[in-house]
Amino acid sequence: MSTISRDEVARVAALARIDLRPDEVDRLAGELDVIVESIARVSEVATPDVPATSHPLPLTNVFRDDVPEPALPVQDVLAGAPQQEDGRFAVPQILGEE
Amino acid sequence: MTNDLTRLSASDLASALAAEEVSSVEATQAHLDRITAVDGDVHAFLHVASEEALETAARVDARRAAGEEVHPLAGVPIAVKDVVVTKGLPTTAGSKILENWVPPYDATLVERIKAAGLPILGKTNMDEFAMGSSTEHSAFGNTKNPWDLERIPGGSGGGSAAAVAAFEAPLAIGTDTGGSIRQPGAVTGTVGVKPTYGGVSRYGLIAMASSLDQAGPVTRTVLDAALLHELIGGHDPHDSTSIDEPVPGVVEAARQGASGDLAGLRVGVVKELSGEGYQAGVSARFDESLEQLRALGAEVVEVSCPSFAYALDAYYLIMPAEASSNLAKFDGMRFGLRVEPAEGPVTAERVMSATRGAGFGDEVKRRVILGTYALSAGYYDAYYGSAQKVRTLIQRDFAAAFAKADVLVSPTAPTTAFKFGEKLDDPLAMYLNDIATIPANLAGVPGMSVPNGLSDDGLPVGFQILAPAKADDRMYRVGAALEAALESRWGGPLLSQAPDLKTTELAR
Repeated sequence: MSTISRDEVARVAALARIDLRPDEVDRLAGELDVIVESIARVSEVATPDVPATSHPLPLTNVFRDDVPEPALPVQDVLAGAPQQEDGRFAVPQILGEE
Repeated sequence: MTNDLTRLSASDLASALAAEEVSSVEATQAHLDRITAVDGDVHAFLHVASEEALETAARVDARRAAGEEVHPLAGVPIAVKDVVVTKGLPTTAGSKILENWVPPYDATLVERIKAAGLPILGKTNMDEFAMGSSTEHSAFGNTKNPWDLERIPGGSGGGSAAAVAAFEAPLAIGTDTGGSIRQPGAVTGTVGVKPTYGGVSRYGLIAMASSLDQAGPVTRTVLDAALLHELIGGHDPHDSTSIDEPVPGVVEAARQGASGDLAGLRVGVVKELSGEGYQAGVSARFDESLEQLRALGAEVVEVSCPSFAYALDAYYLIMPAEASSNLAKFDGMRFGLRVEPAEGPVTAERVMSATRGAGFGDEVKRRVILGTYALSAGYYDAYYGSAQKVRTLIQRDFAAAFAKADVLVSPTAPTTAFKFGEKLDDPLAMYLNDIATIPANLAGVPGMSVPNGLSDDGLPVGFQILAPAKADDRMYRVGAALEAALESRWGGPLLSQAPDLKTTELAR
């Protein structure tokens, strides 16, 4: 079972969109290793004949009538935004290209 | 009846309010005063909502005075864990990323609390996003255990448990993903209940692991837990995983249990949740409680749940995987913190990374990264998929055990409260706190922790009772019976043996 190297931590942190300082990458590489090893034990008993359970209680799809419900007032929602403009969320440029 | 209103159980306070012997304003003010007096040391609260609580109290008093029919718990103050959104009250989930955020809506359980007229005293401290067993991962400082201020109050819901244990609130709300209601209950000498998954709406809970999270009551007595469970439980169309059936008869079961007759009840001791790793005083109290249950007429049998050995491993795969997905919403765009990168282009993606780097604490980063790893290409089947298979095995173990016993029991936590810092640098040691509580979350079954004495170190121990899904009433019956028997032996509640907290003079 592969374990998590420093490079791997940096790669996964980028996927998770979390900026890590170099010392954080070092520490996490050591700590995550232990957990990944413990998790390898799971595969000992998770044999192909065992079905997976995704949810504690069996539920089929839950539907409601297709009737509009009132939404939250726009100003209430925007009140918690880091930045707003003209009744909308103001966000940084989405695409990286200049 | 004591004249200190903060010492009353919620049930007794509710009776006094109904009889108009005291007003809700008096009761609420007494708890606010207690918070002022002791919370500087205990730090159970992140935010105290004095004004709003007193307004609610005054409204309930006026309605009662006008002869209106009100909810039995109307006017009884309550504290709410800060992972539950409250309209108009700051909600941080213990994270810098949500510092000062005020939600625009109420969680369903908060709506029910407000509709019933319970004054909300404030929001309680917790490990950041409920990730931890000690509150040491809160971005806003530790909560202290009222039994010993140098020790942890458990976690993640250490604030709610400590608030109730320190008589700052008679009722509190907790959430339990792997034991965050029950383990704090055990180490603070209070009662904590995780209902059946889907028994209480998750709408408005800031999610950690959606297939495991469940909100429930944190109280000083089993009956109080039942009263609160009944209030917050039941179907909610806003939560598609909410059970569309009536709440089990938990209040009636608690009252019946208190009469002390357990004749014909089969109690299963889970072999795998005892022995090695359990503190001697914890095991001794557990054995005495079994004797007590036998004396009340219960039949004690041993059951084996071999797959529980893999529960912790499966949990620490499923939980981070789901958490990494749930926490993706903290992107610095619509709410909470936004941090721009120190250099380079300010794009949404880079702002998101900078925001999360600055806003998330160590444990949250650890779990989100682990979960992202487990879900990333090439690992999904081996990790998340395998963990879900262990869930099936654990459910099978529970099914087999519940064929032999009506309830299952174990110590709630392997040790009493440890000192701050003791396990902070060892994630696995920290995770072992939850070894007895996690199986219930993986299987969705309900669990309760009831105080069952003090260990050799003079600190409280908890007794865990597990019941089959949707049979929450069974654990209330057993919990109330055990509580009544133990309290008659102790000559009062366990908390009356807790040391007095130093109080700060009120400047009023």
